[in-house]
This record gives sequence, structure tokens and C-alpha cells, in this order.
Amino acid sequence: MLNFDSIMQTISMIEKQKLDIRTITMGISLMDCADSDGEKARKQIYDKIVEKAGHLVEVGEAIEREFGVPIIHKRISVTPISIVAGASNDKDYVKFAEVLDKAAKDVGVNFIGGFSALVHKGYTKGDEILIKSIPEALAVTDTVCSSVNVGSTKTGINMDAVKQMGQIIVDTANRTADRDSIGCAKLVVFANAVEDNPFMAGAFHGVGEPDCVINVGVSGPGVVKTALESCKGAPFDVVANTIKKTAFQITRVGQLVASEASKRLGVPFGIVDLSLAPTPAVGDSIARILEEIGLEHCGAPGTTAALAMLNDAVKKGGIMASSHVGGLSGAFIPVSEDEGMIEAARIGALTLEKLEAMTCVCSVGLDMIAVPGDTSWQTISGIIADEVAIGMINNKTTAVRLIPAVGKSVGDEVSFGGLLGSAPIIPVNKYKCDELVSRGGRIPAPVHSMRN
Amino acid sequence: MKAVITVLGNDRIGIIYNVTKILAEYDVNILDISQTILQGYFTMVMIVDIEKCTIQFEELQKKLHDKGVEMDLNIRIQHQQIFNSMHNI
Repeated sequence: MLNFDSIMQTISMIEKQKLDIRTITMGISLMDCADSDGEKARKQIYDKIVEKAGHLVEVGEAIEREFGVPIIHKRISVTPISIVAGASNDKDYVKFAEVLDKAAKDVGVNFIGGFSALVHKGYTKGDEILIKSIPEALAVTDTVCSSVNVGSTKTGINMDAVKQMGQIIVDTANRTADRDSIGCAKLVVFANAVEDNPFMAGAFHGVGEPDCVINVGVSGPGVVKTALESCKGAPFDVVANTIKKTAFQITRVGQLVASEASKRLGVPFGIVDLSLAPTPAVGDSIARILEEIGLEHCGAPGTTAALAMLNDAVKKGGIMASSHVGGLSGAFIPVSEDEGMIEAARIGALTLEKLEAMTCVCSVGLDMIAVPGDTSWQTISGIIADEVAIGMINNKTTAVRLIPAVGKSVGDEVSFGGLLGSAPIIPVNKYKCDELVSRGGRIPAPVHSMRN
Repeated sequence: MKAVITVLGNDRIGIIYNVTKILAEYDVNILDISQTILQGYFTMVMIVDIEKCTIQFEELQKKLHDKGVEMDLNIRIQHQQIFNSMHNI
């Protein structure tokens, strides 16, 4: 039976601590839209997205009203376009990005993910064309997000793709130089990419997924921080337990919203992603949770340990609250999207090297980090190689979403507005790795990939 | 179908009267009601049955919200499921 205090606790989480559902993401398979005629394929893609997701925003808003919990985003992920467009005779896939953009805008979602390629072992014809199309596709569209998987624990690292992605990121930055290189905020390079991630910019609808599916991403850093305020000075056992209990409650809301959306849209429920996703708003920050645990600023010694504990406790709490857990599930550390991280980066407490260490234990990787515009593509490829290696060896998803801000240097800031936030440009190690990057080839899969 | 109504704000005369008047008008049955003053704030929680409600949930929500704005109160109505999910296993 519900009591007064538990009802008021929920109200306070929503009103004061910014509890929300970050996203309802509809995954749509476009496999059946492939056609040798690109024009025909694009028409089929548009029609299918509009047919499946036509009511997504409306249903999301109704659930939001009735349950009284904000649902920030309604989004779509689709089959990697390199696979769908690969069947066509087109030599450039920018038009595919444009049709995704139009469909997304027509159904009212704010992002559509899946302008993607999976090249961890090598390229197909479709992968090659898609990757070359990324800079222009991200410059001429608003809602399309792109991702490329360049390595995995099972296959090793495709160093040719690592090399190319450094160039693609720089090219993307240049093409959107007039908008603080925003194109790069919509481009993720992955290791061990997951097929059911509901979060942007890395969402795509994997080939093992059903025709259409509903995935939900929860949020709630503010709720965790508030809960920890009552554990001042307590040992880590108490801290971890408090996070677990809070994560459980947050995830239960996600599960409820997911099953309700699935029922109303007549689309199967896929997974709940148990992620603590921050926003630039005050009170919605992962960095502030780490600080509440006992750091002067995020980035200080102890940060990695605190994040490791947080990430694990979130999973443990959330896992029992949902019937199916998936996606990335953990704590995100996107610098420009987290008010506490922005401050820590600004004062120099948080460095690129510390962020790299943090990615060994968080749920994703080097995310939304602005670096000087004159950073060479080789250096960016080197950073990608390091990050992908961490993912490969540790059997986890890692990612790189760097923004080389054209015309800006350390001390300047970039500002994207909205949830993408703003970020100070942080310094990058100035020593070169050109020779390493130019080698290409494949780094073999690690010994622990042989599990059969 | 059960819903939870919460009312938060500065205490004043007629809060319960005005809220229950709307509920009675549209056949919403009150199952439980509790009220307290929390840190100086008037705080009321009602559990209601909206099965026989004569208007759409959305309309009822709007009428309660508008009354809240008029009386300088925060009045919310939410399906009970969200509270059950979070607090009961």
C-alpha cells in the first residue's frame, strides 16, 4: 500500500531532482527497404519510418502527462545505412541521410541514429561509401546521427578504419566550422558497439533486432546526488547501497514507461538502458555525484574509483527493476553535457588523460570533448586507437566523440546549445603518433576473445 | 483506475473544498486523503478512483491545474502506477 511519504518522495524526485525518462527510442529495421534503385530505397525508407513512428511523439507525450514524469526525447534508431544503401548502385549516401532527416522531422523526433557502418573487421562497398559520405551528411542534416564501429573484443581493431575516422572527424569539423563544428557532436566512433542502445549519437538498430522495437533510456543523476547527501561521511558500503536503491526506483519508472509505450504503440518492448545521463542543467550532473562522494572537483585523484563504484551500483540496482536490461547501462561522462564536468574542465581539474582513465570504468567513453581546432587527424586517430584498445581488452563498449573546434584553441569554449551544452577546449598531448597511425592493418583480437 | 492527486503550496482557506468540488462534479471518488504541513507548506495527498470520471483524464488534469494556478498551488494528478512501480516490488 502506498503511504504519504513514498508519494511525496516521488513528487520531490520529479519536481526538484529532475527525475526524467531521457528517451523513448523506437528501433526500426530498414532491411526490407533495400533496393538496387537508390531513389526507390529512399522512398521505402521514408514510408516505413513514418508508418512505424507516426504516433511515437503523441504516445510519448500522453504517457508523460498521465504518469506525470517528463519524457525528454522521442527518437528513432534504424538499421546501419551502410547495409541498407549498400544494395543500391549509388556512389554517395548523402541523400539517404537527407531522407532520414526529413522523416525524423515529419514525425517530430529530435534525433535519428543509424547513419552507421560496422567495420571492426573490414569494409564492404556500402561501408566505404557511407564513411566517405559522413562529413557532408552531418553538415546538411540536423537530426541525423552517425556512428562507426572500428573494433571489438572478438575481432580486434581495424586500424585502417581508425586512421580514416581521424580524417573524417577533422573533415566533419571543417564542414560545420561556422557552427562550432557541431557535426562532430553527432558522430561516434565505437568499440564493441551495442545493437540496442537508445541513446544518441550512437544509437542504431542492430541486425539481430526485431522489425520494430521500443527501447527506453532512463536518467536521474540529481536523484542519486540527493540520496547521497544523506550519507555524508558514511563508508562506501552505505554509499553503494544507497545508489543501488535509488537506481532501482529510477529504473522501475523506465520499465513502466517502456511497457506502457510498447502496449500503446503495438510494438514489442526491447530493453531499458540503465544509464545515468546528465544534462547541462544544474542538479543533473554525474560530476556532482562524484564530488558528493568526496572529491573537491571531478578529475581529482579518486575520481576513477568513485566512478567505478557508481557505475557498478547503478547496474546492480537497475538490473532487478527491469525485465530486460541492455544498451549501454551505466554512468555517462559527456563533458559538454554535464555542468559539473564543464566546470572541472574549465579550471583544469579534468584532463583528457584522466577522462581516458575514467572510460575504463564508465559505460561509454571519451564523450563530447572539445579539443583545439589545429589538432591533427593523426592525433585524433591515435586517441581513437587508445580508446578502442581499452574497450577491446576490457570487453566493454567504448566510444570517441571528439570535437576539434575549428579556429579555437585552449582557453576558448564551444557552445552547441540545448542538451549538447558547451565545453571549454582542453589541451591534447602535443607529441606525434603519425607513424603508428599510418601503419594501418588490424590489431589482432586479444587472447581472451577465444572463449569457445 | 486509480490516480494520485497531490497539492502543494501555502496554506489557505478552501483548498480541500475547491479540489473536492471539481472531483464531485465529474464523479471522481475519493478513496483516501491525508494532509499535513511540511516545512511550512500545505501538503495533501489524495488517492482517487477515476473509473467513472465523466471527462477525459487530460481534461480533469487541466481543470485541477487551472484551479491550482488560480489559488497559487501546485496541483498534480498522476496515474497510481508510477508510485506503485517505484515503491512496491
